[in-house]
Amino acid sequence: MPRKTISTFSVSEVIHLSPDTFVMHLQGVPPLPEVFAGQFAEVEVPGSPDVFLRRPLSIHAADRERGMLSFYVKTVGKGTRRLSELLPGEKVSVVYPLGNQFTLLNSGKVLLVAGGTGVAPMLMLAQSLKGAGAEPTLLIGGRSASDIHVTEAYHEAAEVLVTTEDGSAGIMGRVTDHPVLKENFDFVRICTCGPDPMMKALAVIAREKHVICEASLENTMACGFGACLCCVVKTTEGHKCVCTEGPVFDTRNLENW
Amino acid sequence: MAKADLTVNIGGLELKNPVMTASGTFGYGHEFDDFIDVNALGGIVVKGTTLEHREGNNYPRMAETPAGMLNSVGLQNRGAAYFAEHIYPKIRHYATRIFVNVSGSRIEDYVKVAEMMNDLEDIPGIELNISCPNVKEGGMAFGTSCPSAREVTKAVREVYHKHLMVKLSPNVTSIVEIAKAVEGEGADSLSLINTLLGIAINAETRRPVLSTITGGLSGPAIKPIALRMVWQVSKGVKIPIIGMGGIMNATDAIEFFLAGATAVQVGTANFIDPAVTVKILDGIAEYLNRHNIHSVRDLTGAMECC
Repeated sequence: MPRKTISTFSVSEVIHLSPDTFVMHLQGVPPLPEVFAGQFAEVEVPGSPDVFLRRPLSIHAADRERGMLSFYVKTVGKGTRRLSELLPGEKVSVVYPLGNQFTLLNSGKVLLVAGGTGVAPMLMLAQSLKGAGAEPTLLIGGRSASDIHVTEAYHEAAEVLVTTEDGSAGIMGRVTDHPVLKENFDFVRICTCGPDPMMKALAVIAREKHVICEASLENTMACGFGACLCCVVKTTEGHKCVCTEGPVFDTRNLENW
Repeated sequence: MAKADLTVNIGGLELKNPVMTASGTFGYGHEFDDFIDVNALGGIVVKGTTLEHREGNNYPRMAETPAGMLNSVGLQNRGAAYFAEHIYPKIRHYATRIFVNVSGSRIEDYVKVAEMMNDLEDIPGIELNISCPNVKEGGMAFGTSCPSAREVTKAVREVYHKHLMVKLSPNVTSIVEIAKAVEGEGADSLSLINTLLGIAINAETRRPVLSTITGGLSGPAIKPIALRMVWQVSKGVKIPIIGMGGIMNATDAIEFFLAGATAVQVGTANFIDPAVTVKILDGIAEYLNRHNIHSVRDLTGAMECC
């Protein structure tokens, strides 16, 4: 894994995709360290004295040569709210790249399943898998069409499938209702990020289909690099830090999955 | 002017500078290798070590609070034998003083771990943790009454031949009385304060945030309490004090020296800025130069009360 760094970035743009979802583009000094799909960063919430800790955010995109780092974020509390209000030019300290990565298979069909902001690492993952020689399919689920923000880049990297609970886009229902998980299942692996119940349901499906399921967990954490031991998950080998042993886990190694 | 003298002496043990790291916030040191030169520090106190392997408490173990955080990790560690066999060989090369934080729930367990630490050549001292608030069956219980604090310190002192630092709990009626009891049994130094017991509640779900309901509060929120306790204890004992509690920058560290600390431990700040310790070190040197003070030792207890 590349060396972790603390770097100061400058906000280049915050794009609001919906009232509670935004993409934050940061500009740093190139070249950036290599970043792998599934890794995350601990991002400072600047100018916010009532926010004490950094916020762990999945890395959405990274352009090493141009020095760009992007995050796809849902506003859930005061920390992410402040980040959503950042203006171009504001400085943000970022500790990254943190954690492990999704396995990059070099052949076969791989099903990526994202729920809500679980889509954050999926574009990079689809691009990396395609680059490695695998065939990614990306299944994205949301409550309604306003939760689904698929750009041309997604279609270039993967076959894109959508479900919404109200049926306003794609197939009506949850991701687990999508026929791609039922008939003619020909994937060699499932990679997922999103709410725990969704990922647990996918782990069960993967077991039935005899394929590996990799899930990216989102436990709350203080440091992000293995010092505080706050973000643990129960595995078959005891408590493991999500920040250093994860965030991506083979669901067979997670207890009660 | 001449370079500021940063060396300090804690009860016969010299540190190259007064900046140490607090147990449970710095792993075993190597977690910070990407960010800083760990060798630059005066000392590191590694994660709380118990006789047996401990899984720690269930998730969630952390809650962000105003100017701080609660944790209830519960001394997750692989046990003293694992430390000696697998971790110690990887960290003993650091050119800094490595202290092992020794925790337990029974006196005989503390004694056994202390005996094992005697044999580790590059561990010049232990920090006796009689103040962990997150372990049901003990830990803090020893540090909250004078007789039990005295008893565990005495038992460990009898078998442990190197530097014995005792970490005190703030969750007591009189920390000075506990400090005196521990000093009377042969502690070489005192470190204070450990975390303050607290609760975080989610109003929407009406549930506690932590799996253990209560946890230990750390961060700048506790700094005024920590300063007060360091000041009070420094008036009551003769052995050196290692101060901690919410130190985020060099100014905070200097306040602890002025209150009576000989050295400091930086804890929660490491989570937010993994390079904070070396920045604090630089800031202390800058302060000494700016005030024409030759040695950091001259700051200890130098608060001027009129």
